[in-house]
Amino acid sequence: MESLRSALTFLLPWEFSPWMLVLCAGALVLYTRGLRRMPERVGVARPLAFYIGVVLIYFVTQTHYDYLAQHMFFIHRLQHLVLHHLGPFLVAISWPQAVLARGLPDGFVERWLRPVWRHPAVHSVYRVLQHPLVAPTLFVGLIYLWLTPAIHFDAMLNERLYWTMNWSMLLDGLPFWFLMLDPRTREQGALIAIGPRMAIQWIVILPQIAIGAYIVMAHHELYDVYSICGRAWAEDPLTDQELGGLITWIPAGMMHLIGFLVLMRFWMRTDKGRIPVAESAALAHPVRE
Amino acid sequence: MAKTLKFCAAALLLLMLAACSNDPWQLKNISGLVPDLSFAMTDDTGRAVDARTYRGDIVLLYFGYTHCPDVCPTTLARLDSALHAMRERGSVRVLFVTVDPARDTVPVMHQYVDAFGPEFTGLRGTPDELHKLAKRYRVTYSAGKPDARGDYDMTHSDGVFVFGSNGHGRLMILPDDDAKKIAADLDRLAAGG
Repeated sequence: MESLRSALTFLLPWEFSPWMLVLCAGALVLYTRGLRRMPERVGVARPLAFYIGVVLIYFVTQTHYDYLAQHMFFIHRLQHLVLHHLGPFLVAISWPQAVLARGLPDGFVERWLRPVWRHPAVHSVYRVLQHPLVAPTLFVGLIYLWLTPAIHFDAMLNERLYWTMNWSMLLDGLPFWFLMLDPRTREQGALIAIGPRMAIQWIVILPQIAIGAYIVMAHHELYDVYSICGRAWAEDPLTDQELGGLITWIPAGMMHLIGFLVLMRFWMRTDKGRIPVAESAALAHPVRE
Repeated sequence: MAKTLKFCAAALLLLMLAACSNDPWQLKNISGLVPDLSFAMTDDTGRAVDARTYRGDIVLLYFGYTHCPDVCPTTLARLDSALHAMRERGSVRVLFVTVDPARDTVPVMHQYVDAFGPEFTGLRGTPDELHKLAKRYRVTYSAGKPDARGDYDMTHSDGVFVFGSNGHGRLMILPDDDAKKIAADLDRLAAGG
């Protein structure tokens, strides 16, 4: 009974964020409603990826997992792995736009979403952020920014800065992986051709290896804020730091490797001409240009 | 587009300048980073106290426990020598909050802080009061496994939060800061810096 209660307590938010709840619950409701209303079957794999991605994002930010992430460096690195890599990757690979659009009330996309989306201000900002040079720079730059020891210190001490950090990882991770895992070719409407996207996977791995390895091999405490504010349990500071560095280095790199393999599959499919126009239309973004 | 870029460049330059501007403090400046001092606990004489009790004083807030083998006594001793090195030490109050209220009863706390001097006050809260205060300053604590005799170590924070006389968070004393540095900044703070 006691263990059940502590398990349930663990699942409650450590710091409640109404926006995170609205985002995750809203995505799940829209997607589920959309699935039921889809004229054709979506299969199992794509919905599964979407649900796991959203639930993971919710779990690392809106349960007591977040408490552990605030007080243990390597758990914080796992949190960012989910927010920046794994969660957005799973959501993007499910390519959920058509299903989500179905989940909205009839006419909502035509009346509200499309005009906003097509508004020159919105569209030009989106195009700049999704530029083949800007998007990878932003993706890597954010990792470096928040891992700068002085900035990291302040972020762990200040609630607003902490949430800015976590939201920035999620809100950068989502468009990045949607850009990278677009199943369409350039001709079919993707912003970047498949080949350059494969190259980007390799390019962004390198600086992540560099910073991960630097953290692993540092023989002094880079992120002393965890000692200063107390660790969730007794753990050697350098062991914690090494684990955190390894997570920044290896699983993060693996996600780009998987991204590369997925893109290779897309590429081979198009090469054999096996993406017929009808299928690509079904896969396409609900708001096409 | 060009305008936006120019604006971004200007903003970035300003930020860099701000980062380079010499911070007069030798300790870590936490102005604006932590919420104002607020708590409700029992002091080492058994009196119910809260943040208002210490308004007007510079408050040094530190989390520890009396069974602490090394970190807490050395930190408190360092604070004590910093207070001795100050020009004007009357306005400083050190609040030592126990993270181990089970063993640190009011008399135990009293005896412990008494050894350091009259500026030292021990605070003991209910588990809930302690939890609230720790969460407010984003610090944590936990008990290790008890040994055969029932003794156990606690993990707790190493830093000391420094609040101005109006209760605003101002500075943080880190484990590497020596007494001279601490005294200099506390003097500066006491002089209205």
